[in-house]
Amino acid sequence: MNQASTATPAAASSARRRPSMAALVWERAVLETKEFSRSREQMLFIFMFPILLLILFASIMGGNDIGGGVDFKQYFLAGMIASGIMNTGFQSLGISLAIDRDDDVLKRIHGSPLPASAFFMGKIVHVLMVSIIQIALLLLVSALLYDIPIPTEPAAWLTFAWVFLLGTAASTVLGIAFSSLARRGRSAPAVLTPIVLSLQFISGVFFVFTQLPSWLQHIAEVFPLKWLAQGMRSVFLPESFAAQEAAGSWQHPATAIVLAIWFVLGLAVTIKTFRWQRPGDR
Amino acid sequence: MSQPPSEGTSLVSMTDPAITVRDLRKTYGDLNAVDGLDLTIETGEIFAILGPNGAGKSTTVEILEGFRKRTSGEARVLGLDPAHPTREWRERLGIMLQSTSTNAPLTVHEMVTHQSHLFPNPRGVDETIAEVGLEEKANVRSTALSGGQRRRLDVALAVVGRPELMFLDEPTTGFDPEARRQFWQLIESLKDGGTTIVLTTHYLDEAEHLADRLAVISRGKLVALDTPAGLRARAADAVVAWSETGADGTVASHTEVTKTPTATLRGLLAAHAGEVEDLEIRRPSLEDVYLDLIGRDSEDLVAEGEAELPGRTTATEEASS
Repeated sequence: MNQASTATPAAASSARRRPSMAALVWERAVLETKEFSRSREQMLFIFMFPILLLILFASIMGGNDIGGGVDFKQYFLAGMIASGIMNTGFQSLGISLAIDRDDDVLKRIHGSPLPASAFFMGKIVHVLMVSIIQIALLLLVSALLYDIPIPTEPAAWLTFAWVFLLGTAASTVLGIAFSSLARRGRSAPAVLTPIVLSLQFISGVFFVFTQLPSWLQHIAEVFPLKWLAQGMRSVFLPESFAAQEAAGSWQHPATAIVLAIWFVLGLAVTIKTFRWQRPGDR
Repeated sequence: MSQPPSEGTSLVSMTDPAITVRDLRKTYGDLNAVDGLDLTIETGEIFAILGPNGAGKSTTVEILEGFRKRTSGEARVLGLDPAHPTREWRERLGIMLQSTSTNAPLTVHEMVTHQSHLFPNPRGVDETIAEVGLEEKANVRSTALSGGQRRRLDVALAVVGRPELMFLDEPTTGFDPEARRQFWQLIESLKDGGTTIVLTTHYLDEAEHLADRLAVISRGKLVALDTPAGLRARAADAVVAWSETGADGTVASHTEVTKTPTATLRGLLAAHAGEVEDLEIRRPSLEDVYLDLIGRDSEDLVAEGEAELPGRTTATEEASS
């Protein structure tokens, strides 16, 4: 194995032992998750922060009946799950990518034989893994502390599956797209946090959506979080609550269409603007 | 280029140059960072690109690594145009960037292992870590390594894929002399393995110690292409200077660059009965030769120092806004 002429055998065997795409995607996802689990800030932000908010909101106004036999903590739980998906896929991913670009991490990856598709799919799998843990923790806390019922019928979980996947896909590509907007990694939180926070206020996370002024509702309808939160309510709130929604129904087709449009839009922007290197380093 | 840029011709490309560059240019606005460079780097050699900061070394190397797009000219690296890198091509390259490796909270072993999985025929992970002298740090996170240890990790990441061609961009900047000597030994052991190595540096002694051949670049132009011995030979020439007053009283200065100053002097003594006016014999050091090559116009060099600034202007703009 330790022969002197390394060049020829290396080239000759390159076709034979190339790692498979699936293996690379999985390895990237595991590596990213390992890095994530060792970053205390990330762990706190992604796992503890939503639970803290849930406990705070449930304690402050959790008992308020908002109609349809639903109290605010139930409503808020669905909103927290939706914004958790956005935090992980959009905010956290966007910031970490911008910092990685600044630190030449992306440049290093670009200079290696790792296919770009394996890199991005690894990111998405990582975001999915983290989001699932995050949602499981939220459900566990709300079941243990507040006796919030967790749906058992398969139809609800089928809805959960597509809303979750479509929401994560849209958030992830938007996070990647936005990472290129921040010129420096350090300024990424300043760009992303206000967007996420504002959306949480107007999209039916911190407040009941129908209690917002209608002009704010219309603004929120353009963005994905409103639809993601509504989709999650359709999973975690009783069917009877549908009548309390702004449109009087869960609007599943509209939810799917809006999230899909944002996904395609994010993908197009990503393909067009994604850069492996810092601005100017080209 | 007579050689088609196809893979699977590695037996042929073994004998071909690893890198050929013809009239390479890279401009940022009206600034010529690389200004018509011609280079041929042979397979198996250690080739150093030497020059002051901002001379265009890194720009050149980053074009060859497939990171930057050239403005014009031709470039072939392992038979392929680096402006269109492929996965197969990347598998044959090892790259050590100028910036030091990441702050990832991963251990040396984890990082090298992952990197090795990206290549079809990697070296052993433990063997590679031992080779760069990090075996005692294998299970330490990269964040806990010293600057020199991180550079060793960078080398490990660059060599673990068993590259045919390695780029080392200013690998020892900021090293103390002891660390630099250790690093040189490491690079020499790689060359013994048959790897072609392209090294940029602004240390003359580093290029002299490691390189089979070196290119001196200044203001994006090639100002010397030689072996270290050849460059040293230029320093071996002595300069004999003197003056002569003619019959009409005019004074003429003479200088002669020669390998045999004693013979020159003998001739001068034979031709002049009395004192030889303003007689002087100088021997330039290697440093003088180098400085003479790169520093013909020190004013220009200062301006050149800003040559790599286009990348920074965005930061300045942001800071001021």
